[in-house]
Amino acid sequence: MASIPILKEREKHIYRKGAEPFNLTCGQHSLAGVVSQRACVFCGSRVVLYPIADALHLIHGPLGCAAYTWDIRGALSSGPELHRLSFTTDLREKDVIFGGEKKLQRALVELIDTYQPRAAFVYSTCIVGIIGDDVAAVCRQVSREKAIPVLPVHSEGFKGTKKDGYKAACEALFKLVGQGPVEQISPWSINILGEFNIGGEAWIIKSYYEKMGVEVVATMTGDGRVDAIRRSHGAALNVVQCSGAMTTLADMMQARYGTPYIRVSYFGLEDTSKALYDVAAHFGDNPAIMARTQALVRGEINAITPELQKIKAAVQGKRAAIYVGGAFKAFSLIKALRYLGMDVVLAGSQTGNDADYETLRDMCDDGTIILDDANPLELSKYIIEKQADLFIGGVKERPIAYKMGIGFCDHNHERKTPLAGYEGMLNFAREVYRSVNSPVWRFAPARAAAGKGVSPC
Amino acid sequence: MLLRHTTTEIKDRTALTVNPAKTCQPIGAMYAALGIHGCMPHSHGSQGCYAYHRSALTRHYKEPVIAATSAFTEGASVFGGQANLMQAIDNIFSIYNPDVIAVHTTCLSETIGDDIPQIVNKAMAEGKVPVGKYVIHANTPSYAGSHITGFAGMTKAMVDYFAETASSRTKTVNLIPGFVEPSDMAEIRRMAAEMGLETIMFPDTSGVLNGPMTGKYRMYPPGGVTVEALRRTGSSLGTVALGHLASGDAARALDVKCKVPCQILDLPIGLGATDRFVDTLHRMAGVNVPDSLTFERGQMVDIIADMHQYFYNKRVGLVGDPDQLLALTKFLVSLDMAPVYLVSGTSAGKKFEKHLRAAVAGVPHEVKIKVGGDMYLFHQWIKQAPVDLLIGNSYVKYIAHDEDIPYVRHGFPILDRVGHSYFPTVGYRGGMRLLEKILDALLDRKDRDATDITFELVM
Repeated sequence: MASIPILKEREKHIYRKGAEPFNLTCGQHSLAGVVSQRACVFCGSRVVLYPIADALHLIHGPLGCAAYTWDIRGALSSGPELHRLSFTTDLREKDVIFGGEKKLQRALVELIDTYQPRAAFVYSTCIVGIIGDDVAAVCRQVSREKAIPVLPVHSEGFKGTKKDGYKAACEALFKLVGQGPVEQISPWSINILGEFNIGGEAWIIKSYYEKMGVEVVATMTGDGRVDAIRRSHGAALNVVQCSGAMTTLADMMQARYGTPYIRVSYFGLEDTSKALYDVAAHFGDNPAIMARTQALVRGEINAITPELQKIKAAVQGKRAAIYVGGAFKAFSLIKALRYLGMDVVLAGSQTGNDADYETLRDMCDDGTIILDDANPLELSKYIIEKQADLFIGGVKERPIAYKMGIGFCDHNHERKTPLAGYEGMLNFAREVYRSVNSPVWRFAPARAAAGKGVSPC
Repeated sequence: MLLRHTTTEIKDRTALTVNPAKTCQPIGAMYAALGIHGCMPHSHGSQGCYAYHRSALTRHYKEPVIAATSAFTEGASVFGGQANLMQAIDNIFSIYNPDVIAVHTTCLSETIGDDIPQIVNKAMAEGKVPVGKYVIHANTPSYAGSHITGFAGMTKAMVDYFAETASSRTKTVNLIPGFVEPSDMAEIRRMAAEMGLETIMFPDTSGVLNGPMTGKYRMYPPGGVTVEALRRTGSSLGTVALGHLASGDAARALDVKCKVPCQILDLPIGLGATDRFVDTLHRMAGVNVPDSLTFERGQMVDIIADMHQYFYNKRVGLVGDPDQLLALTKFLVSLDMAPVYLVSGTSAGKKFEKHLRAAVAGVPHEVKIKVGGDMYLFHQWIKQAPVDLLIGNSYVKYIAHDEDIPYVRHGFPILDRVGHSYFPTVGYRGGMRLLEKILDALLDRKDRDATDITFELVM
């Protein structure tokens, strides 16, 4: 396995900390023919908007794009569940020839009449971009007829990467912002951006802010509601999580409504605490908020520290490999893994930019492999070379880790338990512990051969 | 009530599919291609397509799934994908070194009008395809057919590209298993081997998508039909194709191309269909049915006899791909059960519908059938008049959950349970497993709903 060749063009996407010079190439379109782990524009838009539970999400295109995104992301709702159904115009050959506008119009009217949603999002897929349906015009017409916002999402798959999909989603969302009443909103109020309520994470975060005395106007988009988004411009601050997904919206809101924003992460004790303190500091005119925040942080950390210490003793010195979508996630993961006493031997992302990778380089230890837009061969090569005990990634990486006989932790949208905030950190530590120390790895041939496991017979 | 939005009243929908009961052609082509040894499936389209297909197959099989993509950009979408595919072929052979690249198209590349054979010929002329390596293709636009027809298309491509006509016939029998689990493919092969037959099965994903944990990541696991074996399919004694929609095209193509006669049968799900499969092999190859298979058959009949009281007149709702749907329906009817709602997402033609209709002709209930339907309609039927059992893929669990109906998982995809890739539902042994699953679901419900007085130890 050590002799796995690396494609020449790919060499620039791989960096070994300590080696000079540092000129990692990133932000490029993937090479044709490379087994990349990336996705498309539509995928980006779909994951960002999907958690808005009282909106209609109609996928305009052949049926596949709807089938593959039907309820795959565990974004929980406390109320309506309309977002968990799968609606598609199911374009067929004759629609491709004669255009799909009429079909789209009929589908929209039918759906809005049946479900009375608060708004509708219409996602364009590849083919719609090619056949040239005027989706925006259909949306305008139906919006007038039905008196609800009907928003086109320009998410044709080939028009870029997942990041461009985030942008298209933000542009659609921005059309809702500014449409609702703001009179009742507190001066100490925020919107939570880039939090999708996977496993109920947004509820945890929201409860922290409420305990601090900060009003949460809208969560975008976890457990999202159209009416909350419409009045989100009344919030005093946007608190943006994750590197790429919703920064565009924060920028747009700053430009039009003057809403300032800060970037945060809710993963790990350090980052969660910093997020809450940063928000409290922003509201310096109300010192009670800071006092409550200090009490909250102290209480939460005290509550989980004893168990965390026990887990730490059991996972200390284990080696972890990280391959995630956005690089920002990797930063938090590295800090959290270090807190547990683990070494990060590989860190990579699908969509990191120059600044992201510089930060990664500065955070990592010497010898750590840094990867941009990696493929399974590269990942497995370095996992073996670095003797990782744990892999953190998404759906496509899980079986690779298991095949190689190492632990795995899902930090993508298929996670079942919340990993955000303090209790999320405890969940994460438990999951790492369970996987890294599972007795099953003793049966993995490589470990068995190295004398670390039991013989297979 | 996750599906509280499902209305009981049924309105005709002309422009809209809700909760699809199928998915698109490319994923079927990708699955079939993984059944060739040392093959890299290649998606000629945007990056998202193959990411979704790989994720969906990974969720179903819990195995690494490889594939490459042409990674279309806006430029490719305007000027055509030739440059992307040329570069892809070059890159794939130089870095991943497969024996075969199996290209399938997408809605995007089909609408643009890329001519795959022409591009591949150009790649060959420019020396981008190493000697002894192959690029094959299937046209699989997502706006036509379904994952089943995509599978059928790539299976036919194996014949078109590789089968060689020979002057003399061997004693080998070709087996085309259809869009079934790796475990089913292994079982079909095992049964033929029990009969003492030499076989070539294509595609064959056993050992590829249900492999052991080895401590190594292998891009090309040991399983899959080899190119060499695919060449020899042209000199085989005959072909037995299982599933008309998924396997028929390839079987007929082999007959036309190499004059290998074919028998196209139902999937061997259930007693009758398995009998017909065994009988066909027996007659085609002139071999006897061994005692071992007769014994398995007897065991299966024994289970049905022991438990027939529990099957009688149970109303069943089925969602499945056409080949599975037809075979399962016939099986249930033979158990004296009553399949009353039948939905296939894939449109499989009038003839198929006629066969399905004929299969339920004796069922003493009103039977509703929709070929080219969706799960939403299926759910509406159930709301109007409930059933005792549901059979279908993982998406049926929403209905089972909301309506509190016993449920057996069968089909593609299964995202929330294991077992399907390791234990077959075809053949006699697979039939026994299906019986066990159906009985478990029905009897667990009976136990759950029993009062203290009616609760029974012996059933």
